[in-house]
Amino acid sequence: MPVLTIINTLSLAFIIIGLFFMVVGAVGLVRLPDFYTRAHASGKCDTLGEGMMLIGFMLYEGFSLIAVKLLLLVLFIFISSPTAVHALVNAAHARGVVPWKKGDERR
Amino acid sequence: MYDIFYASMIILILTVFLCLYRVLAGPGVENRLIAVNTIGTKTIVLLVLIGFIYERPIFLDIAIIYAMINFIATIAIAKYLKRGCLC
Repeated sequence: MPVLTIINTLSLAFIIIGLFFMVVGAVGLVRLPDFYTRAHASGKCDTLGEGMMLIGFMLYEGFSLIAVKLLLLVLFIFISSPTAVHALVNAAHARGVVPWKKGDERR
Repeated sequence: MYDIFYASMIILILTVFLCLYRVLAGPGVENRLIAVNTIGTKTIVLLVLIGFIYERPIFLDIAIIYAMINFIATIAIAKYLKRGCLC
């Protein structure tokens, strides 16, 4: 059955690319020098990585109720995760966290 | 395919430990909060992976509820940090 093999390979590619993005987001959370840059790494890489991994699981599962639930989860994450990070950054800006400039020390 | 699921679980748990370093060492409360938010996002994928490995679709419902609780908790904590009260 070549169609199943093609779909499995496609879902495998999606899962591996999503895993790469999640690892990059975690490394950026450790390595970057400031709160705002860490928010940049966490808010974008995590959302994209999780969405791609869940789309890979959807392709592996096929058309069923589980795929519909995964699609709902992907849509909810794509709306809610950047909103949460934006609220955190807004709160930090209101509390007076100054951004990092080139030449400052790491915080 | 199940080998890929196990391998991605192990890699995700290692990245959770990387974020846990930022929770322990980050200066100020904002760094800790954003690391906790990231750990919650990774936990959703871990719950979906557990549901696929043990073939129990009920874990997908748990993942959806966990995503909602994570979002509401982060919004509430950000509001408390900005205003000083939950009003």
